[in-house]
Formats: sequence, structure tokens, C-alpha cells
Amino acid sequence: MDKMTIGILGAGKLGTTLARLAVAAGYDVLIAGSGSVEKISLTVEVLAPGAQAITAKEAAKRADIVLLALPLGKYQTIPQVELTGKIVIDAMNYWWEVDGKENTISDFQVSSSEVVQNFLEDSVVVKAFNHMGYHDLEDETRSVEENGRKAIAYTTDDVSAGNTVAQIIDDLGFDPLFIGPLKNGIILEPGSPLFGANLVKEDLQDMIDHLPESDFGRKVVEAKEISIM
Amino acid sequence: MIDSNNLTFGLDTFGDIAYDEQTGERWNYTQSLRNIVEEGKLADQVGVDVFALGEHHRAEYVISSPDTVLAALATVTENITLGTGVTILSSDDPVRVYERFSTINALSNGRAQIMLGRGAFTESFPLFGYDVRNYEDLFEEKVALFNELLKGEPVTWEGHLTQSLENVQLYPKIEGQLQTRIGVGGSPDSVIRAARYGFPMVLAVIGGSPYRFKQYIDLYKRAAAKFGTPVHPVGLHSPGVVADTDEEAREIAWKYVKKTIDHLIEEKGVPAMTRDRFEFEVTNGSYYVGSPETVAEKMARVMSETGIERFDLVYGGGGQLQKDRFKMIQLYGEKVVPRVKELLKVGVTNG
Repeated sequence: MDKMTIGILGAGKLGTTLARLAVAAGYDVLIAGSGSVEKISLTVEVLAPGAQAITAKEAAKRADIVLLALPLGKYQTIPQVELTGKIVIDAMNYWWEVDGKENTISDFQVSSSEVVQNFLEDSVVVKAFNHMGYHDLEDETRSVEENGRKAIAYTTDDVSAGNTVAQIIDDLGFDPLFIGPLKNGIILEPGSPLFGANLVKEDLQDMIDHLPESDFGRKVVEAKEISIM
Repeated sequence: MIDSNNLTFGLDTFGDIAYDEQTGERWNYTQSLRNIVEEGKLADQVGVDVFALGEHHRAEYVISSPDTVLAALATVTENITLGTGVTILSSDDPVRVYERFSTINALSNGRAQIMLGRGAFTESFPLFGYDVRNYEDLFEEKVALFNELLKGEPVTWEGHLTQSLENVQLYPKIEGQLQTRIGVGGSPDSVIRAARYGFPMVLAVIGGSPYRFKQYIDLYKRAAAKFGTPVHPVGLHSPGVVADTDEEAREIAWKYVKKTIDHLIEEKGVPAMTRDRFEFEVTNGSYYVGSPETVAEKMARVMSETGIERFDLVYGGGGQLQKDRFKMIQLYGEKVVPRVKELLKVGVTNG
């Protein structure tokens, strides 16, 4: 079967790492930075050989699926129109170094992927690849046959889109773990015990099962009325 | 192949406030600063090449003004290079930075070295009246201005986020060149920027496999070739603890690393430091923890496999006992560094 074309918005640490994994998995990969193609062409050539550097608009237009790996604070620069009807994988996190000291984007009421979904109202957002550090993504990718394969949790309101993304997670070298609708994404965000999780599937599930016992888990259940058990 | 006679070994600290072994309490800020001057003197005495101080504006660190501490060290040390790691240029004034470092360079007979960086923490932005939303643009413009100032000639500059200058000469003039480095935390853009200005690059690697940075070194070299700038030796800056035995070093490292990270989990939402993660970092990742032999072997392996020619070990993370900080400096200078050189001379086997 022909593999899909994945467009990656963001050519920083995370974007180039995911581009490498996607190229290795046999996808056609388009990658874009915030500026001109020229600005990232050398980076892509060296750090993600096989991926093609293009503009964000072009990547959004030409790709079957688009992966967001830009600073969350810049989500409003994402090309909305070009993403109409497409599955968008949100790997972004609020991060103080680049997004400022106070998180004004997401909170316990509205998770960051819901904010992104509201902005991209004509796309289907799936949250994935956000909870594992970019260097772990690089070091931990494994084939299905290998022992100790790590899990990537994902959330979405659209089951079919979720299945497509689960396949991508698998192809990139991880076990997919569905953890419910997009609003559940809050439990993968910075501040949660799951943020940074680099675990096999059973251990990740176990951590989720015990989340309500943590301070963070209690706050989430209270604010979001979500069932994370 | 790296030339084992031409390597540089540094010790870096952010000025984490140490604990007093008698009382178990943290030292106060003023005594901490005086202790760091003593640490710098010791590093000089035991033959360490570079002593570099990081700039932070947070309660757990005492060094907000690294250049002032370096000025103190300039007159009480002999050979050691006095550096920063890093100077947060984005929230500083390049003109003042030039003046301060040309002063330190004069006081130390040419031993000053500045490392420019964007910094991981952003407290300094509001503190000095800058908007963190200009994080990227401030750094870009200020590096460009600083690069002009470094030429030592009168400068004319049209500023956007900085002041404009009309044919301005700065004093005191620097004799020769101010040693300037760029500290890079893993952003490809930063790597390319270092190459574009022809500055040597120091990679700050605080987690994960050190070998993944080979591709960044590749990017640096390719970018330098593209811009026609010189390719300088690349440095690596990573945390570590050296003690008499592996067990002791691990115990110290785990205790204080945990303390530091736990503090940041609450404030910033950073991932927790699990014991598994810690063990990974010590065994295969970017923590250099153990006896002098263990640490030397790991450093030599990484240097030989990546072609790194400058290694800065960040010591004292999380505070630690003052006596352990002194001990580590001594072990690093007297045992680790000579052993790394020896290992690299005879070649290091992979594994």
C-alpha cells in the first residue's frame, strides 16, 4: 500500500525528529518552518534527509495528514483553510521557554488541543506525540517485534481519525494507546505525571489508572468531569 | 580523530546554592558567592582549563551577575580561562556586555571568554524590561550587534530592538580578540547561527544519548562550509558528579538532581525525574556520574566518537554539600582530565 504524505509544521527539535522517524517509516515527508524554505533547507538536508522542505501553506495543502510541531504560542499562524477536512496531529505543548511565563492558552477547563481544535474548526485534531521528549522519541523507536516497545498515548473525538493516527504511531515505532476524547488531552500536558512518560503500554495505562490519586488527577477530575479510570 | 594534546576541559556552575555540611542548611547568598570564588581558585590550581559561570535570576542560584564574579577571579587566578555559560544576551545590552568583558579581559591578561545564549529560563526578560515574545528576535539582533562590536572598530548600527549607534568606539578596547562562543541547546536554528557568525559552538546537552548530537555537529560543519566561515572545535556541556566511588557519586547526584527537578515540576510542569530515567542518564545518557575512572571513561568515549574537543562538566547541580563541590573540582582537575587525555591517546574502544 502506498504510504500517505505527512506534512510537518515546525522544523525545530521535535519537527526534525518526527520527520526522521516518518522518513524511516517510509512516508513521504514535507516539512516547513515559520519562514522561508531557504531558511530550513540545510537543517532538513542534514537532520531529516529524505524529507522535503517547503512552506507551511504548501505542506498543509499537499499533505494527507499534518503534524503540528511548532511552538504552541504560534498556533494561530497555522494555515486554517489548507487544512480543511484533514486530520491534524497536535504534538504541541505549552512550554515556558518559548511561550512565556504564564500559560494563557490552556488550563484545566480547556486543554491545549481543544484550543487548537477550536481554531482549526474544519479539521479533525488528534493529540499525539506530545508527552514523550523529543530525544526519547529518537532513542526509543522500535519495531513491533522488539521487546520493550514504548507507548504513545493519543486522544481524539473522531474514532476513524484516531485509527489512522494509531497506524502512524505504530509505523513510527511505538504502541498506540487511545485514552479517550480530546478533552482528556489535559492529562498529557505539562504538569501531569504523564508528561514526559517514556513507558511501555501496560505501565502507561497503569499510570493513567492511578492518576486520580495524584494532586493533578484530582484537579482534572474536578474541573473536567472526565473519567480517566 | 581528535588530537588529544589539543583538548579543553572546563568546569561550569550556575551557582546553585550549596549546603553547609555542619548544619544541613543552605548557605546564604553572600557566603555562596565567596565560596564560588574559592572554587574558581581551586579549579585554577588543579589545572582546569576553563571556569564558566551561568547567569540565572532565580532563588536557587546565586549568580545573576557572572561577569562580576569573573572580575573577582581575574586577579586571584593565574592560568584558567574565565568564562560564562551562558550570558543571556537577549535581555542584556550588547554595549555594556562588551565593556564588561573587555574589562575582565584586561584584568585577567586576556583570559576572558564569553558564551552567548538565549538561556533556558526567561526571568531576565521582564526583569530588564524585555518582552519574552521577542525571545528569538532579541537574540538575533543582539548577536548581530555584538558581532559588530567585537571587531573593535567604530560601529554604526541601526537598531530595532536595540539602540542605534553612530560611529561609536567602545572602551576599553580589547587587545587581540575576545574569545566568544555560542551556547546551543539543540535548536537547529541556533546551530546555523553559530556557523553563520563563525563562532565556536558549545552544545548544552542535559539529557538523552550524547551521540544524537553528532548530527548537530554535522549541521554546524555543513553550515560553516555554506557560509564560508571557519569550522571551530565543538564543545559539549553536560552535568556530572565525581566522587571517590561510583556509589557515593550516584548517591549525591540522585539526591540533588531529584530535588532540582521536583522543584521545577511544580513551577514549570517539567517531567518528573524517575529512578529509571536517572539510571538511563548515568549509564547511557548525558549524566557523567561516578568515580574519576568511570567519568573519565565516559567522557573519553563521547569525545572520541563525536569529535568533541572541549568538554565542560557542570558541577554542583542542586546545591550539594560545599565539601563535595570542592572535592569534585579537585578530582576533576587532578584525576579525570589527565585520565581522559591518557585514554584518548591510546584510543578508546567502543562500548
